[in-house]
Amino acid sequence: MNYEAVIGLEVHVQIKTRSKVFTRVGAGFGFEPNTLTDPVVLALPGTLPVMNKAALDAIIKAGLMLGCEIAPVCKWDRKQYFYPDSPKNYQISQYDQPICLGGTVEIELAGPARNVMGEHKKIPLTRIHLEEDVGKLSHGATESQVDYNRAGTPLMEIVSEPAMHTADEAFAYLTSLRTTMIYGGISDCDMEKGQLRCDANISIRPVGATHLGTKVELKNLNSIAFVRDGIAHEIKRQIAVVERGGTLVQETRDYDGEAGTSQSLRSKEMAHDYRYFPDPDLMPVQVDDAWKQALRTSCPELPFDKQRRFLSEYQIPYTITSVLVPDHGLSDYFEAAAKLAGPGRAQAVGNWIANDLLRELGAAKLPLGAAKITPENLAALVKLIDAGSLLNAAAKEVFSAMFACGGEPAEVAARLGLTAVPTDTHELDSWCRDAIAANAKALAEFKSGKESAINAFKGPVMKAAKGKADPKLVDENLRRLLAAQ
Amino acid sequence: MSVPLHFQTVAELSAQLASGKISSCELTRAVLARTRVIEPQVHAFNSFDEADSLAQAAASDARRTTGRSLGPLDGIPVGLKDVISVAGQPLTASSKMLANFVSPYDATVTEKLKAAGAVLHGRLNCDEFAMGSSTENSAFGPAHNPWDLTRTPGGSSGGSAAALASGSAIATLGSDTGGSIRQPAAFCGLVGLKPTYGLVSRYGLIAYASSLDQIGPFARTVEDAAIMLGIIAGHDPRDSTSFKTQVPDYRAEIKTRRGPWKLGVPKEYFGAGLDPEVGAAVEKAVGFYKSQGCEIREVSLPHTQYCLDTYYIIATAEASSNLARYDGIRYGHRSKEAKDVLDVYQKSRAEGFGDEVKRRIILGTYVLSSGYYDAFYLRAQKVRTLIRRDFLNAYREVDALITPTSPIPAFKLGEKSADPLAMYLCDVYTIGVNLAGLPALSLPCGFTAGGLPIGLQLIGQPFREADLLAVAQAYEEAHEWKLKYPAL
Amino acid sequence: MAPPSDLNIDRVAELARLALTDEEKIRFAAQLGSVLVHIEQLAKVDVTGIEPTAHAFALSNVWAEDVAQPGLAVADALRNAPAQRNNMIVVPKVVD
Repeated sequence: MNYEAVIGLEVHVQIKTRSKVFTRVGAGFGFEPNTLTDPVVLALPGTLPVMNKAALDAIIKAGLMLGCEIAPVCKWDRKQYFYPDSPKNYQISQYDQPICLGGTVEIELAGPARNVMGEHKKIPLTRIHLEEDVGKLSHGATESQVDYNRAGTPLMEIVSEPAMHTADEAFAYLTSLRTTMIYGGISDCDMEKGQLRCDANISIRPVGATHLGTKVELKNLNSIAFVRDGIAHEIKRQIAVVERGGTLVQETRDYDGEAGTSQSLRSKEMAHDYRYFPDPDLMPVQVDDAWKQALRTSCPELPFDKQRRFLSEYQIPYTITSVLVPDHGLSDYFEAAAKLAGPGRAQAVGNWIANDLLRELGAAKLPLGAAKITPENLAALVKLIDAGSLLNAAAKEVFSAMFACGGEPAEVAARLGLTAVPTDTHELDSWCRDAIAANAKALAEFKSGKESAINAFKGPVMKAAKGKADPKLVDENLRRLLAAQ
Repeated sequence: MSVPLHFQTVAELSAQLASGKISSCELTRAVLARTRVIEPQVHAFNSFDEADSLAQAAASDARRTTGRSLGPLDGIPVGLKDVISVAGQPLTASSKMLANFVSPYDATVTEKLKAAGAVLHGRLNCDEFAMGSSTENSAFGPAHNPWDLTRTPGGSSGGSAAALASGSAIATLGSDTGGSIRQPAAFCGLVGLKPTYGLVSRYGLIAYASSLDQIGPFARTVEDAAIMLGIIAGHDPRDSTSFKTQVPDYRAEIKTRRGPWKLGVPKEYFGAGLDPEVGAAVEKAVGFYKSQGCEIREVSLPHTQYCLDTYYIIATAEASSNLARYDGIRYGHRSKEAKDVLDVYQKSRAEGFGDEVKRRIILGTYVLSSGYYDAFYLRAQKVRTLIRRDFLNAYREVDALITPTSPIPAFKLGEKSADPLAMYLCDVYTIGVNLAGLPALSLPCGFTAGGLPIGLQLIGQPFREADLLAVAQAYEEAHEWKLKYPAL
Repeated sequence: MAPPSDLNIDRVAELARLALTDEEKIRFAAQLGSVLVHIEQLAKVDVTGIEPTAHAFALSNVWAEDVAQPGLAVADALRNAPAQRNNMIVVPKVVD
């Protein structure tokens, strides 16, 4: 019997706002414990929530980017449960009227080789809603401690349909979602800072069946790699249980990324009854066309759309776009430079960025924003090379110099004495004659048919030219002279 | 015989303060002295801080000498129900759960009173978490009615009423979710106003039922109530349910709006259960308005019989959620018997909450629990729409409604505390107003043969408190009830 | 659906995190039982086509701009804390 897995992902993305979602104390990560609280965050007696406009803008923008339907009216509900990290012992969330419905995440699976683009799929979403984050618990031997800095941070809950079937698809989904949210300026999606969290719902069924099997919720998937590994492990576990005749239990399991194992969390002795009801302290949200339109204009091009456009507009192959596109700063840099460099030069620009710029940035441990080479500089460099004013080896040197100190490529090349001099044909002619005259052996070999013998003359010519002769012209000149011998 | 300072009105005292006849320190000392004498009998306060009040009074006098007086409330001792937050002061909700809680922030109404220069005097006793109609649910002991110490001053804002009636404050604030300002005002012979829902900010008010709660003033006169309302009303960006509306100069408006008005008498409010003396006093008041040229019309609010049930579903549901935060984790009482987190919750709450609070939490949790939401909460919210429609329909024909505030005068302490349902039935005339979000006030309209005050309720149209106060003023200025004081 | 008046007080007390004594369970169940019978009257009202009143006066889009304001100093935030260590609230160890 062959089984297929059915996977749905629930991803929580923290929205990057200055203040919290229902009160205006600052939001942030890495602050001293309990320094980002106010009476509302702590749920002191008498406090009330007030919505954060920017959080609404961000979730609507995310919804637009992912092709969701934005609800014309939505409201807030209280989700009630007791837990020490939840100050009010209810979470303000959205139950039956979420702000975004439907939507799609386009994913790209790994190709047969690293530089070959893999298959693209579209994973449908169920909904996206806005809610508030909870505080952070840390555990000691006999006590736990609570830090409420994170409590009240705006959180998007993105729920996919159970439409994925492999751990790799889940990995691709998260990668794509993450890049898209970063593109939109909605979140930094740093999983180590809890800005993106993922729970997976996994079940299996015989291949070809249409029903859904017993669902297991997998939690504590702390990195995108752990999401993939955890799901893969869980699918194997479920298949093993079924194949030896056991029954799967609907449960929540906790994944241990280091050990690569999972275990069942507490059984449902106290089944949750969230007793949802509309929050009487908050008013509904009405999203009209004007609001949506304003946000639409601020939506960036989606990553895969950009990838396709770079290919069609600039003929940039996957080897290069796969490097540029995941980093929208880098792709913006590329496009700015490519436009300035002019038609036909975009591939060269792409190569310089994907190879040389990234290498230099990596070695210097600098972010793109700190690079002293601007898109203008890079465009100018490519133009110089194309015009023959700078030869390839020299260009690499000029690039390194510009990376270190900045400056215009023409100036830097001149300063380093690397500008290719337009060749004086008389001088070139006499260097070639001298070189031929000095190497009778090579001449004889060439005349007897050995093509490669010509290379013996090039060294001395280049030496005489102090490296600044155009190799193409040197070759032409030599051949002309040799033909006349 | 002149009226002692502690029984005078805000209007009278502010004039004397302005003319320099008295100082705030003198007035505050008089009120504090009165408080000390009265408190052992009345127990209107959970706590009061004499040094702090006198310091505020001194600051008021200092302002006045430099010509920087802040208005009619500057230097006047005002008491706040112990559910309204004042920074640095206890905020107990009359509950063991918060017995040692000191709030770090000011409610919006507190900020407004401070900006008006009021001398904040004390934390006033109430039913625990504002749940009750007699102040017998206070964890710190009930308050007593200054007119008859064996009786309740009403609830839940019993302390606010008792303090003012007995002269331990010149004005007070309470909160009203189902009648908790109006009924104590009726029991204690005072003016008590519940504003339109959304007129006064709830930020800093310990929430009981979020969609019903409002803060409002107790005062000796309609004019004083108008002064207080003018200070506390207004949009607050920290309260998302607060309305953006123009706040008129209520005190000036009541002088210019003269009627006559069309007044509605809802027939459902004059049926079984109404004490004959109360009924007679209210009828006489209706007769007064008629004699002044007002048209009196009988109206019907057909869903009145469902008000109590609708209220007890909605209020307890919201309360069960609002009180979930009292868990002994970040503040409040934490049980010493707690071995694990579950214990912290269950035992702290069991030890911290009194019986009535527990009952309402249980009822509220039940009506929201899985499978019951549609049948109870959702249905109650629909019936609420019908209740509100009844009022708005009546207002197509009349300007305001006139009813008794309470079916009975102040009852004896202990008389109703064994049967919650009997206690709930006290609220029949006040509850519909909260469900509909309307403004309403109670003002004195007589006494029983036994000397107990009787309250007249006037119910107004949304955000038309100026009219409501004017209708009340017309009655008050023709009667002498405001000049009666308890013999205490 | 007619709501049953079977109040499972154990379950409800568990949801509400209230430890009740056996005496309280019996007493409260009885007291609330009579309240519930009263409340069930609402089933008689015809609410066909009636919208629920979520708020007495409907408002929408009530929000504030995303400008960070100062919050509470840690000392004030924890002033009323029953137990704290290293500026964090302390609770018995949470075991999931």
